[in-house]
Amino acid sequence: MTRGAELRARSLPTKIIVYLVLIVLSGLFLMPLVWTISTSLKINERTMQLPPEWIPRWPVQVPAKAAHRINGRWVIDPLSDKKPKKVFRATDDSGAVLRVAELAQTAGAKVVAILEPQNRAGQVLELTLDRKTETGEIVARFEPVLEPHLRWRNYRDAVTYRSKELGYIPMLRQARNTIYLAALSVTGTVVSNSLIAYAFARLRWRGRDVLFALTLATMMVPFPVTMVAVFSVFKELGWIGSFRPLWVPAWFGSAFNIFLLRQFFLTIPRDLSDAAAIDGCTELQIFRHIILPLSKPALAVVGLFHFMYVWNDFLGPLIYLTDERMFTLSLGLQAYQSQHGGTEWSMLMAASMIVITPLILLFFLTQRTFIQGVRLTGLKG
Amino acid sequence: MTPAERRRLRKGLAFASPWLIGLGVFLLYPILASLYFSFCEYSVLQKPVWIGAGNYQDLATDSVFWKTLGNTVVYAAFALPLGLVVSLSLAFLLNTGVKGLAVFRTIMFLPALVPMVALAIVWLWIFNGQYGLLNNLLRPSQIYWVLYLGYALPIAGVVAAWVYDRLSLLWGASRSWAAWLTAGSTAAVIIALLHPEAGLFAFVLGERFHALRGGPPGWLADPAWAKSALVVMSLWGGGNAMVIYLAGLQDVPQHLYDAAELDGANWLQKIRHVALPAISPVILFNLIMGIIGSLQFFAVPYVISPTGSPDRSIYFLTMYLYDNAFTYLRMGYASAMAWVLFLIVFALTMLALRLSRRFVYYEGG
Repeated sequence: MTRGAELRARSLPTKIIVYLVLIVLSGLFLMPLVWTISTSLKINERTMQLPPEWIPRWPVQVPAKAAHRINGRWVIDPLSDKKPKKVFRATDDSGAVLRVAELAQTAGAKVVAILEPQNRAGQVLELTLDRKTETGEIVARFEPVLEPHLRWRNYRDAVTYRSKELGYIPMLRQARNTIYLAALSVTGTVVSNSLIAYAFARLRWRGRDVLFALTLATMMVPFPVTMVAVFSVFKELGWIGSFRPLWVPAWFGSAFNIFLLRQFFLTIPRDLSDAAAIDGCTELQIFRHIILPLSKPALAVVGLFHFMYVWNDFLGPLIYLTDERMFTLSLGLQAYQSQHGGTEWSMLMAASMIVITPLILLFFLTQRTFIQGVRLTGLKG
Repeated sequence: MTPAERRRLRKGLAFASPWLIGLGVFLLYPILASLYFSFCEYSVLQKPVWIGAGNYQDLATDSVFWKTLGNTVVYAAFALPLGLVVSLSLAFLLNTGVKGLAVFRTIMFLPALVPMVALAIVWLWIFNGQYGLLNNLLRPSQIYWVLYLGYALPIAGVVAAWVYDRLSLLWGASRSWAAWLTAGSTAAVIIALLHPEAGLFAFVLGERFHALRGGPPGWLADPAWAKSALVVMSLWGGGNAMVIYLAGLQDVPQHLYDAAELDGANWLQKIRHVALPAISPVILFNLIMGIIGSLQFFAVPYVISPTGSPDRSIYFLTMYLYDNAFTYLRMGYASAMAWVLFLIVFALTMLALRLSRRFVYYEGG
């Protein structure tokens, strides 16, 4: 079969149109992610800026001493700490444009120290928030001075965010829980499904084809149908609230993976296993030393996709995990959103990016296996 | 059974033993048990009590159930065909021999990697009525009716495909005015749908259509637009299907295109009469998986609002089922609901398979 058969765009205008459409679409597909990253690097006060700001900026701050009122005049307090103060562009009553540092706030006014122009630097003024122009218009006097700044601290804050009631750092613990679950279930999936698929692909036994047909038919059963009864099974076992309901089933195979691996095992020449059998290999040895080494790509696909599944899974942890200490990243992110959503957008976006990024990294590291896997899962139907 | 047969059976069962347990404990028993539960009153805390068809009778008169079922069907009815058209179109675009294919493919696939919970949160922010990115990009243009292009374009696309198909059958492919007639009728359809005064949408939707004059919709905060927002999310994260279709298209044998070209087929006809039939089994498989998946839609709407607000507009069947099973502990009722869902999935799958006999082409079969 010819690989890469294409319906080529041949004429130049067609090519240009195709590229233009592709570039616009790529922009549309990337926009939500870029916006998420952009928001995650802002200070929270500037997330709700209108019109939207793509490059995060934040107010310039300078270390300046505070101001006190002494004998009706505002003067810089020489003893106070040099805390960072916000810088504004302001217009004084004569209309001159100044660069000032905010020292204190009073009702309807700010007390500021002049930074620029040089000849007035250090002067302390009290300026009302609004100003009347010569034409009698009321305009805002202060405009914050902004500079581009990526606030990576949001990521550190999201990771080390420590909830008061819980007394531990949720995200680290959730990451540990997720990795623990993923390790157990990915191992289980690869081991069990390869064994089972071997029975369906390489062994001939009575009832095999009937069982295989039944296996395929179960793929059509929606999860909610089994959800309640499986829950009651785990309830009988006393496993609710433990990790076991989330990883033990992975050790008992799944229809889709059996199907996938079986199709792959079928492509391995029979002669190889026959030769090994003549040499006196047991079935388990043939499986271990002939089939498995030749099936690494397919096993990688199954493992990788199951890892993604565990990372992504929301309903399972939602049903079985009762203790917040055992939450996975997905469930933890949802819990965080339901408590802090609607306001702390920058932190929420940083937390989301932390959950998304490992998968994107994994994708780039395993791109070939990955695309191969998506094709396998879709085409062999 | 001969001893050799028996030995082979033992060996086979030994290798398949994890699945025998798995199939029994996690599939067959639960399927039968949930069928039994669906005829019982069952709270997990106590033993199930047989009540006959009571749960199903309650379902028939439960307005919340019908609401969630309606929501689910409406969502699937838009998300599935749109997803199919979008991912197929992207695959065709990428299959035109462009340079940098891998880059474009990666960009369009990336969103499919985003976990459901994160996807919901990201779009919750973008769809925020006041501060969200989308509305702030729409606001300066003031042309909010473009949002209805989302409905109008697929309809116009179907009409265009049909008109073109008929015309080229009637007059042959080379007539360029077949293309012009198609373009003209597409434009006419779009105008007939979208015209602000006399258009079909304005007539059918009434107030809802004219409400857009006042400003962009509140999306997830607006019952009339919340499901549309969810469809947009699902389109964004639909890269999986695109990669599958692209792989299918790349496996179409070149000689089929060459043969079609000898017959004088143009680009559109090669898509219609060569590429689409060749990948129709893949489309069918994805469609069936899509039916099963979208009827179980849960994580995204649950993260956005566990109660499906506003006005239960994004309260889906699986969410109501989950609430019945684990919040109200009405496990029997939940099981009945699950079985109704199962029957719907089964019926739709059978329907797809039956219809597919007319449309799906299996090589050599």
